[in-house]
Amino acid sequence: MALFQIAEPGESAAPHEHKLAIGIDLGTTNSLVATVRSGLAVCLNDEHGRPLLPSVVRYHADGSAEVGYEAQKNQTVDPRHTIVSVKRFMGRGLADIAHIEAMPYDFVETPGMVKLRTHAGVKSPVEISAEILKGLKARAEAALFGEHGGDLVGAVITVPAYFDDAQRQATKDAARLAGLNVLRLLNEPTAAAIAYGLDNAAEGVYAVYDLGGGTFDISILRLSKGVFEVLATGGDSALGGDDFDHRIYCWVVEQARLQPLAPEDARLLMMRCREAKEFLTLNPEAPITARLSTNEMVDLKLDVPTFAAITQTLVSKTLQPVKKALRDTGLHPDEIKGVVMVGGATRMPQIQKAVGDFFRQEPLTNLDPDKVVALGAATQANLLVGNKTGKDDWLLLDVIPLSLGLETMGGLTEKVIPRNATIPTARAQEFTTFKDGQTAMAIHVVQGEREMVADCRSLARFELRGIPPMVAGAARIRVTFQVDADGLLSVSAREQTTGVESSVMVKPSYGLSDEEIAGMLQDSLTHAKDDAMARALRESQVEAERMIEATEAALAEDAHLLNAAEQEKIRASMAKLRAAAAGDNRRAINIAMDDLGFETQEFAHRRMDQSIRKVLSGRKVDEIRMGEER
Amino acid sequence: MGVTLTDAAAKHVNNFLAKRGKGIGLRLGVRTSGCSGMAYKLEFVDAVNEDDLVFETAGVKVVVDAKSLPYLDGMELDFAREGLNEGFKFNNPNVKDQCGCGESFNV
Repeated sequence: MALFQIAEPGESAAPHEHKLAIGIDLGTTNSLVATVRSGLAVCLNDEHGRPLLPSVVRYHADGSAEVGYEAQKNQTVDPRHTIVSVKRFMGRGLADIAHIEAMPYDFVETPGMVKLRTHAGVKSPVEISAEILKGLKARAEAALFGEHGGDLVGAVITVPAYFDDAQRQATKDAARLAGLNVLRLLNEPTAAAIAYGLDNAAEGVYAVYDLGGGTFDISILRLSKGVFEVLATGGDSALGGDDFDHRIYCWVVEQARLQPLAPEDARLLMMRCREAKEFLTLNPEAPITARLSTNEMVDLKLDVPTFAAITQTLVSKTLQPVKKALRDTGLHPDEIKGVVMVGGATRMPQIQKAVGDFFRQEPLTNLDPDKVVALGAATQANLLVGNKTGKDDWLLLDVIPLSLGLETMGGLTEKVIPRNATIPTARAQEFTTFKDGQTAMAIHVVQGEREMVADCRSLARFELRGIPPMVAGAARIRVTFQVDADGLLSVSAREQTTGVESSVMVKPSYGLSDEEIAGMLQDSLTHAKDDAMARALRESQVEAERMIEATEAALAEDAHLLNAAEQEKIRASMAKLRAAAAGDNRRAINIAMDDLGFETQEFAHRRMDQSIRKVLSGRKVDEIRMGEER
Repeated sequence: MGVTLTDAAAKHVNNFLAKRGKGIGLRLGVRTSGCSGMAYKLEFVDAVNEDDLVFETAGVKVVVDAKSLPYLDGMELDFAREGLNEGFKFNNPNVKDQCGCGESFNV
């Protein structure tokens, strides 16, 4: 006998046509799955009534994988093949991963994404994440269909707002591998706002402070008339509850004067540290005891003031992006109507106090901070598959976290889509050729706020070929940037006269560290002045190059208009300019340019005279009525 | 005779109504569709229609349209858990046979 859920008036589904969708919070430490039942978003528990699925995957020699609590239980026994916090590796190269020395894994450096060697073979973070998603999918199917079986229409999966295209793509790939249809990816803080916004329906500007296991996100959102608008986002994709565990771990190692530990011991101690952290939420003091494989006993007590002291830098590290995001919106802390706390780590008293002090108000904690994101994702998934909710429908606007642009001559960045543009979006800009007869153009797509390409993140490169030969600056190449609802970018370039086209879906190149991504925004401000100067210098250098190019072309054609001495003078002046352009003194370059301009003035006159003579020769005066017609 | 709700069903209906923030009760009905002829309707009620019959059972207003009543008379709505799944269950004495999953039925 089937079990029924209550539908909205007139929305009862025909038999076997229930549109069932789920929301998944694919977390660093724990993952959850939620759905909407009888109009209410609920997390789906496992057979023991537990909502969380630890994001831990253990591989066995027979190739099978174990996920969740079972895997977590065995992590001290088999650390090398038990992968925790795999989210940190999604879309990341080996060089990007923090604290690699404290990890027991056998990393395999592969182009693009790092991989891990396990009993069951070499696994990519995408495959490992897919195991977690498969576990959640099985749970959802059991909960939604019972033994009758059925199909999920799709899932909304949340990602940190700071996830770049590589990480988003990796998440989508993992879902596909798990057999899930991704309705869309949703930023975690936005999902939390949905959960809160719909439950409370309060208008105003809110801040979502999301400190999860491995990522920190801050979002400033405006809720008005049922519309969510993300005003600004910021954060640090390598900062979370895990780091607090790590701080305690370091404190323990220091206090107990421990020698470098075996992987099993490190893992055991890390687990004890996490337990202590959680214990301190409600207690003034936490015991940390562990017997190591060396038979050494660790027996320490950590109290709240000490815990606060050793994690103070981490707490203040979260406040920097908060300040930055707030500055982006032009608002003061007083203008924030409420602060939503998301993520288990926000249970720590020192976090709540710091956030409360900053915004001068008590943060909101009335929804379970572990579940908020999954509940919001489920609500969105339910809406996306077309189920009515009985409440006003709302529209969700997301923004891109870093400007998208391309490289122009001289390694300068031309921003095409500015930071905080709402998505989906498409913007186009026209570019032209730099040299006479140029038939191809390399397009280098970059992400970041800085003026120089070298300081931004390289996302993709492609070439547009088949541009008809024209003089420099005559070709018109329209470059279109398109960002879809998931924040994934595609770039196309089209030569307007011939229509030749070339495009790229951004399958980004990796290689930027997490700190750098978070630091990019910071840098763009601190380096604003340097950048402006660097840009001016580069512009002068490019102009100098163009001038040398043009002079050389003219000499090649019309050197006969000059005597040897004149030619020598121009060549000397050119050499001077070339030398100046190689340096970084912008004034020197500009002076050398003026010099060359002066030296070539006479040459330019003679060339002009020559071409006029050519035009006029052999024609009668009345054929050439200057200033009239043509 | 009409339609009744078990205490468990009533508790959940009231909870869902409270969370939804509006609605006056629960609509039960049938319609002709599905692999075995008839299918149940289970919906929130925002407005009562002219041909509706309203029952009050276990503190919940249950609305059934006149056409559906013959198929539902004497029915008890329960709330049940089956493994990880949970939801409302129709215990309908009028049903002669139903499709394998029980989503549609014959009288």
